[in-house]
Order: sequence, then C-alpha cells, then structure tokens
Amino acid sequence: MNAQTLTYREALRAGIEQALEDDERVFLMGEDVGRYGGCYAVSKGLFDYYGEQRIIDTPLCESGFVGVGIGTALGGLRPIVEVMTVNFSLLAMDQIVNSAATLRHMSGGQFNIPVVIRMACGAGRQLAAQHSHSWENFYAHIPGLKVLSPGTHTDARHMLGQALKDPDPVIIFEHVMLLNESGEVSEAPEADMESALVRRQGEDVTLITYGGCLHKALAAADELAKINISAEVVDLRCLRPLDTDTFLGSVEKTHRAIIIDEGWKTCGLAGEISAIIMEQGFWMLDAPVKRICTAEVPIPYPSHLEQAALPQVEQIVEMAQAIMDGR
Amino acid sequence: MNQKLRIDRVHLINQLRQMLRIRRFEEKCTQLYAEEKIRGFLHLYIGEEAIAVGVMSVLKPEDQIVATYREHGHALARGLSMGSILAEMFGRINGCSRGRGGSMHLFDKQMNFYGGNAIVAGGLPLAAGLAMANKKQHRDAVTVCFFGEGAVAEGEFHEAMNLAVLWKLPVLFVCENNGYAMGTALSLSESETNLARKASGYGMASSQVDGMNVVDVESATSSALELIKTTSQPYFLECKTYRFRGHSSFDGQLYREKEEIRQWEEKGPVIRLQNWLKENNHFNEEELDELESEIKAEIEAAIEFAEGGAWEDTRDLCKDVYSPTQEGEPG
Ligand SMILES: Cc1ncc(C[n+]2csc(CCOP(=O)(O)OP(=O)(O)O)c2C)c(N)n1
Repeated sequence: MNAQTLTYREALRAGIEQALEDDERVFLMGEDVGRYGGCYAVSKGLFDYYGEQRIIDTPLCESGFVGVGIGTALGGLRPIVEVMTVNFSLLAMDQIVNSAATLRHMSGGQFNIPVVIRMACGAGRQLAAQHSHSWENFYAHIPGLKVLSPGTHTDARHMLGQALKDPDPVIIFEHVMLLNESGEVSEAPEADMESALVRRQGEDVTLITYGGCLHKALAAADELAKINISAEVVDLRCLRPLDTDTFLGSVEKTHRAIIIDEGWKTCGLAGEISAIIMEQGFWMLDAPVKRICTAEVPIPYPSHLEQAALPQVEQIVEMAQAIMDGR
Repeated sequence: MNQKLRIDRVHLINQLRQMLRIRRFEEKCTQLYAEEKIRGFLHLYIGEEAIAVGVMSVLKPEDQIVATYREHGHALARGLSMGSILAEMFGRINGCSRGRGGSMHLFDKQMNFYGGNAIVAGGLPLAAGLAMANKKQHRDAVTVCFFGEGAVAEGEFHEAMNLAVLWKLPVLFVCENNGYAMGTALSLSESETNLARKASGYGMASSQVDGMNVVDVESATSSALELIKTTSQPYFLECKTYRFRGHSSFDGQLYREKEEIRQWEEKGPVIRLQNWLKENNHFNEEELDELESEIKAEIEAAIEFAEGGAWEDTRDLCKDVYSPTQEGEPG
C-alpha cells in the first residue's frame, strides 16, 4: 500500500477532512478552529471549504461548548470537539467526567455518547506551567472514557476515524512537539485503536511509552543498540482501556521494563503500568520496573529547566544500562 | 467628575511617557523574540496602552492588580522595573518571577501585582477573593482585575460578577474590549455585545469608555473607585480598544482586514495624545525627542540587566513547588 509523507499537523487535518467527507453528521467545533485557522493551525483552510455549519467557532466557554458537544452526540450527531490544549480542558472536566463518561451507565445503557474530543498536550515550547502540562493521566483514570495518544503519523491520520466509529466518548491527545515533524502515513490504520503496538523488537529491556515520548524511546533504543543492549519499544497508543497483553508479552520476552511518561510520576499512569506488571508478571522480572516521568514541578519557562523537567533520551539510555548492569 | 483628577501639562506628558515606554518596550520585544532571546508566546499590548496607563495612574500602592497574559503594559505602568520584566522574559533568575513564568506570568509582590494569568477568565474569581480578603480585614484597598472581552463568555466571569455584587466586594473589573478573542470577533461570541450592560444584569454599576483616550480612562477609573468606596460595591468598566498586532507571535491574522487595522491605528492612544499636546503648544518635537531617547536608554539598560541575569541552576529545578514548612513568608 502507498505511504505518504506528511507532517503530524497535516496528518491530523487529513483525518478531519476524511471524517467530514465520510459522514454528514460530523462537524468540528471549538475555539478559533474556523476563521483563525486553529490555534495550532490544524484546521487551517477547513472553514473556507466546509463553511460555518460544519466548522464552528465557539466563544471561550470550555465547559459550555464541550457540554453542547456531548449533547449533540446524545442527539445523534458526530461531533469532533477541539479543546485548544489539555490545560483548558480542566474547565470542561465536569462535563467530560460527570456527563460524557457517566450517562451511559446511569441510564442503564439506554443512551450513549459518541463524542470525540481532541486536545493538544505536552511541553517543550517554553509556554510555562499553564500551557504545558500533560493531563492524559487524569482522563485515563475515568471509566466510561476512551483515551488515545497517537504517537505516529499514521495514528495521527487514522485514529480520529476509528474514534468516530466508537459509540463512547473518546479523547485524543495530540502532542504539540510532534506537529511540525514529518513522517510516513500509511493508507490504512495499522491496528484497531485500542491495541498497543511493538514499534521495535528487542531482547533485553522493554521501553513502554506513548505519544510525545515515543520518538524519545525509539531514539534511546538506537543509542542502546550501539552498546549492544537490545531494547523493545511498546507504544501504548490507547491509555484507557490499556492493552496489557502487549506490554506483558514484551516483558515476558525481555524480563525488564522501563516506563516513560511525560506526566508526573506520583499517582500516575506509569505507576499503574508498573503495578500491573508486578501483579501479573512478577515472576518474569529480572529487575525492578523503572519509571522515567516529568519532575514534580509545574513546568518552568526557561528552556534548560523545562528540558531538565521532561523525560530525555539520555535518561532512558542511562537507566536501561543501569538495570542491565544490575545497578 | 472627580476632583482628584489633575489634568495639567506635566501630568499629560507623563501619561504620554508611560504609554511610549510600553510601546517602545514591546517593539523591542518583537525584535528580541525574533532573535530568540524571548521564547514561548508573546502577546503584545500595542494599541491598548491608554488603558493600563489611565487606570494605574489613579491607583494607590496598596491596591492590588490581577492581569492576564497580555500584561507587559500593566506591569510597566504599575511600576515594575523594565529590567525585571525583561529578565523574566529572558527566563533569567533576576526576572520578576525568577524566570519561572516568562512573558505571560509576571508577578511582583512588592507592587501588589498578582500576575500574569494565562487561563482566560481565571483571574476574575481570584480578584474577587482578594477583594473579599481586603473587605474582611478592613484594608482600604481596591482590587483591579484586567481581562479581555473573550473572558466574558466563560463561566468564571458570570460566577465572579454574581459573587462580587452579592457580597459587595471592592473590586474594579476592567474589560479591555479589543473586539477579538484570538480570531473570534465579539459579535460571533456574545449574544449581547454591550458588555457594560451585561454586567448591569448582575446589578453592578458599569460604564463604557473610549479605551484609546488615556484621559477618559483615567477619569472613568477615578469615578469608579470613588463609587466603589462610597457604595461598597464592585464596578465594571468596559474600555473600547484595539490591538494593532496579532494575538500572539503565531497569528497570521486571517480574520480581519488590513484596512480595519489602519483605521484603528489612526485613533491610536499614543498618536492621539501626542498630536493633541502639539496642537495645543504644550509640547514640541525637541521635547518628544528627549522623551524618546530617555526611553531608549531605559530599554538599553533593561536589556543589559536581563542579559546579565544568571540561568538558574538545574539542581534547583524542583524549588518553589511547596512553601517552606515554617510559618512565615515564603522564600
Ligand atoms: C480557558 C482558556 N481557554 C482558551 C485559552 C486560549 N486563549 C488565550 S488568549 C485567548 C483569547 C482571549 O481573548 P480576550 O479575552 O478577548 O483577550 P485579548 O487576547 O484580546 O486581550 C484564547 C482563546 C486560554 N488561555 N484559556
């Protein structure tokens, strides 16, 4: 099948365009998605082509328009709601957590909410604490939601379409540091949206990660190969529900695991994965499970401090070496 | 009109000086941004200077200010040193927030300057709370909260309006209505575009003022403060203004016509006061040149101060996440 080279931003846009083409009920709604062209220029040009009925600029009212989006899904439409960044989604968290995630259950399965909420996430652009956080962990905590994290260009292109076909609320996190990166996009999805994928085969240690840290893990695996450590890289892709079989299967092979997560370590996803490995695969471990997460500090503005706070390739390499050495 | 207003030549020239400081500082900032000395987002206040200058000139040192991410003008007009602001934008430890906040998060406790909030409308409940603390502790201070018209659509706006009136809080809400929230025009975001009227729906005293006229802003602020004092009620001041530049460093401005920008520039606060002073023979080219070179020197000194600032040691990365455990002032 033909592969195409696109930036992550273009891949996301292609996914939205396809969704608008495929289904009359689909529309995109959010702050400045239309006339402005999207705060990260993902939806640039769509307003001119599809018009204001399908590309809807909303006022600044995250709780309001996310709630409206949930309502339209309840009413039979297929909304793609864009919240500029995960930071602002906290204003809409009530609607997402108390309505979208719970209505199906509370109604005894009578109603479902096929809403897709997209948001940018991640640090690395020196935007300081209120614009840089990774709250994927929060949403991954909520039963009733599905949480996707496209770390590759193909996933950026195809996960939206898969999410729209899902009857339940799906949140998609798009890491801001990937937007300008170019990469190959295949014509069809590589797997269903809830499956984790082994992105690189290895024998010695499993690097478990997702989203913005995926390319760091792959780069670390390249470095490790040079010193004869063979790292396997597992891309979670979907943070809820978690595909535990894939990473447990990998750990069964390598007997060692490092989890790399841009969220904070305490009370987070990395701890959860570590616990799952401990509960279900304790007997296959040759070393304690390790975590590399963001330092426990609101992301600072200066570049050197921001970078010091985030997981880095060298850290992964060092930690893999350390556990191979039995340190 | 309030008697305390002193509109004489010296005062007006000072207002012009303040506005020009902001204008020239930010023009320099765009250059420093291009040179990558300043990173992240850079939201310029160019075109809106009359509001910060008009409002700040009637505040007392004990009054408190809550601002947005477009706050260089507020910070400068409030009296934060240009050097500490620029050092903050450079991310240096001698910045007003020790480099941790950058352009959108300028803080200065000494100046009662409570930031620099980059969550739209996030500052409004905070300001109401500060006012509540003042009231409960019988402090003779007013809290002034700046925000854009985009904030009016957020739930926090409505909740803060209601609480401020309900609890009679001494807070002045200053809405800087520049017509656009990023690329969304006011008429596309509000069912009622008269924002002063909207505030009055909460039973709040309110008025609209020409935000391009520093004298009007100053006098409206002065009357508002008087009213807050005598009635123990909050006040909503809507200043009609315009931003001459894009929303931030990444704005292609697809949503508005160049001609519209040009027309507003003609009514700009700086050019307007400058022309008025000249036409009335209060001011000549020579004095203007002097003023400009004075500001130029201040900017140069600020750059030197910022360049000279140290980068914080990464070993201190997790500093200032929690306060010291002992009772007392946080370090
Ligand atoms: C809660 C929240 N939603 C969205 C944003 C992104 N954003 C930053 S500034 C802005 C526009 C705000 O416009 P306005 O309040 O009119 O102020 P102006 O920028 O015009 O001064 C938006 C949408 C944000 N910072 N916070």
